[in-house]
Amino acid sequence: MKQLLSGNEAIALGAWEAGVRYASAYPGTPSTEILEALAQYAGIVAEWASNEKVALDAAAGAAFGGARALAAMKHVGVNVAADSLMSLSYTGVRGGFVLVSADDPGAFSSQNEQDNRHYARFGKFPCLEPSDSEEARQFTRLAFDLSEQFECPVMLRSTTRLSHSKSPVDVTMPEGARELEPLPPFERRPDRYVIIPAIARRRHPEIEQRLLDVAAWGETAPVNRIEWGDRSVGIVTCGMAYQYARELFPGYSILKIGLVHPLPLQMIRDFAAQVDRLVIAEELDPIIEEQVRAMGIDCIGKDVFPLVGEFTLANVRAAALKAGLPVAAPDVAEVEAEPPALDVPPRPPALCPGCPHRAFFFTISRWQNKAIFSGDIGCYSMGVLPPFEAMDMLVSMGASIGMAHGVKQAGAQETPIAIIGDSTFFHSGLAPLANAVYNQSEIVVAVLDNRITAMTGGQEHPGTGITLQGAEGQRIEIAPIARAMGIEHVWEVDAWNLKAVRDTLRKAMEVKGGPSVVVVKGACVFTPYFQRRPVAAVDTEKCIACGSCFRVGCPAILKSDEIYATNGKHKSRIDPLLCTGCTVCMQVCPTQAIYQTGGE
Amino acid sequence: MDKVNFLFVGVGGQGTLTASDIAAQVGIDVGLDAKKSEVHGFAQRGGVVESHVRWAPQVGSPTAEKGTVDYLISFELLEAARWVDWLRPGGTVIVNTQQIAPMSVTVGDKTYPAPAPILEALAGRAGRVVTLDGLALATEAGTARAVNTVILGALSALLDTPAGVWEEAIVRRVPPKYTDVNRVAFQLGRAAVG
Ligand SMILES: Cc1ncc(C[n+]2csc(CCOP(=O)(O)OP(=O)(O)O)c2C)c(N)n1
Ligand code: SF4
Ligand code: SF4
Repeated sequence: MKQLLSGNEAIALGAWEAGVRYASAYPGTPSTEILEALAQYAGIVAEWASNEKVALDAAAGAAFGGARALAAMKHVGVNVAADSLMSLSYTGVRGGFVLVSADDPGAFSSQNEQDNRHYARFGKFPCLEPSDSEEARQFTRLAFDLSEQFECPVMLRSTTRLSHSKSPVDVTMPEGARELEPLPPFERRPDRYVIIPAIARRRHPEIEQRLLDVAAWGETAPVNRIEWGDRSVGIVTCGMAYQYARELFPGYSILKIGLVHPLPLQMIRDFAAQVDRLVIAEELDPIIEEQVRAMGIDCIGKDVFPLVGEFTLANVRAAALKAGLPVAAPDVAEVEAEPPALDVPPRPPALCPGCPHRAFFFTISRWQNKAIFSGDIGCYSMGVLPPFEAMDMLVSMGASIGMAHGVKQAGAQETPIAIIGDSTFFHSGLAPLANAVYNQSEIVVAVLDNRITAMTGGQEHPGTGITLQGAEGQRIEIAPIARAMGIEHVWEVDAWNLKAVRDTLRKAMEVKGGPSVVVVKGACVFTPYFQRRPVAAVDTEKCIACGSCFRVGCPAILKSDEIYATNGKHKSRIDPLLCTGCTVCMQVCPTQAIYQTGGE
Repeated sequence: MDKVNFLFVGVGGQGTLTASDIAAQVGIDVGLDAKKSEVHGFAQRGGVVESHVRWAPQVGSPTAEKGTVDYLISFELLEAARWVDWLRPGGTVIVNTQQIAPMSVTVGDKTYPAPAPILEALAGRAGRVVTLDGLALATEAGTARAVNTVILGALSALLDTPAGVWEEAIVRRVPPKYTDVNRVAFQLGRAAVG
């Protein structure tokens, strides 16, 4: 039976069919739905880890124990896990171990566009890259087999376009899938799994040999295949780029690579010898191209195709035309994108009506001259946007505290405020907080605790105490952690109480001799803990069109058609369908024109 | 009708993605290959949502090329104008006339264009523009949440596919207690296309 599945759902299906027993991940777009889908299957332990390294370590432990295990993360998550990953290649594994890396060409929801195929070369382990959902399912199964056959970690690379596209998948259960014996007794292999220097030195040549063995396997394995056609042009491609190549060069020869590391070099050489012009179509970095050129084979590659950003039919076509390649004409007569006849205002994202981050950003946005805003990644990254514009640096998850510390230690006159969410705090905030205590920097650490990982769509984490599969456990509170680190000045404050937020932050900025911590507590509106209150409304008699309420940046506050005669500006009005009654705008109105309605 | 490109656009939270899911499923149900692809980075926070659906005997790329979309289905008035250059000249626009002001209008200094120039811009490119008040029709059917079913009803009326296939695909996606409301919403949407 065929069913439309997203790439992520298909990866989960393939993993389940392959007999995965344990899976762990930290959420991150576009990888998040893999674990969410896996958690629905019976007979699998699927968990949110506190960060990607923990997820990878946990899956590695499971694989050392003989289980098939999977870790999933977005591309930058692999950076967090890389320390273990590099050495896991040396130790090898017993049960199949698959790392899913979901890359983000186009940086739709990421801080960079890194191409994680480099990790497979760097770490010397195999990498598979599917081109649609059916392949995502099949390659996931294959990845587990390969991992056990060659006793090494295997990376399955996806991209946003694959993970978030749906295509038909045969969901009929293949024979032999998912029949699990109880886990065998733990088999001790310290000569392998304890990677002390003597063992690392012995293992290294074995790793090099293993890579050659995998490459030899890939020369004849069906994951790499040639679709012969007109041989005047031959295209070597992989992943989503295959789909664009197939559509734009109908009838021409294609070498579709499924095993993107190690490459089937002999196969490529033979293919190249049989076509007139060799084209390498790969998204992001020229990884195949460089290896082809290193063999002394000339090709068309990044000299014409984009190095930056996501491939699309349009940009691949344009590049191919420029190179004089016989690319298919578009379905319709070529149309230059006419400039839109009217000025279409942009629609930037915004903190939701009722968002617990609002009062905090409204407060600090006034302190541009006395504070430095060291930001982090989460919904609160939107603090950089108008009307707040209160973020001076943002690099990676957990970096806010370290950066605040460094700029203060270097002699900054202003007080750095590190702004970090609760999920991010558990991900990578604990170590830099300990560092700030240890080295006594006078920084303010503001933890915006909204009881969820909101940015990625609302996942649980150690601070919520609820697991991915729904078990309720221990909630870890943030303030006691800070106190246990010896931080004397730790406050908790209600996220929607503007005065309390302001007064507490002011006190925190006065603290001398070490860091202070302010935990701003208020649940995200998408959690069951968020409490709606009667909606707010504007008393137009009292409104003086001063614009104060617009500066809280709430999408529910709109310009009214009514003009205040004194200044000629629009009065405010509130959309009752959007307002959640959080009261923040009421607290900033100088004339108390905003009031809470009866509540109907 | 062996090759059709659809582009569904709207604002986060409007049900755009569910509608495109259903359209892709209908493609499969009528015996074609189908793919759908969405970008929903900040959907939850009121950003722009776009979702491509392609039907063909064999679909390669899950996204269409700018200028080749046959049906632009917009859940919000302004978004139709934002995406209209993706439409093939002479293609069809279905637009829900609901207006959601972006922050650049409420907080910034931009203005939300009046409906007339927006519809003019659409007509400048499209062969046909179908406007409908999805919210009113959905409310008439029994729930404001059936806006996307109304819109799918209108879309189905423009395509050479059996209405029943659409209706069943929709019903499979909604909780049983909303089945009847959605059947009514679907028919109201179909009827809205004159
Ligand atoms: C290493 C890494 N992993 C995952 C992500 C994806 N990601 C971005 S923000 C975020 C978590 C945000 O949660 P929190 O700090 O609680 O802030 P909120 O969005 O709830 O305000 C995640 C998982 C990332 N950018 N980098
Ligand atoms: S999803 Fe939650 S945390 Fe994110 S902007 Fe909306 S209310 Fe705020
Ligand atoms: S009370 Fe004011 S700030 Fe809060 S959600 Fe309603 S309009 Fe927005």
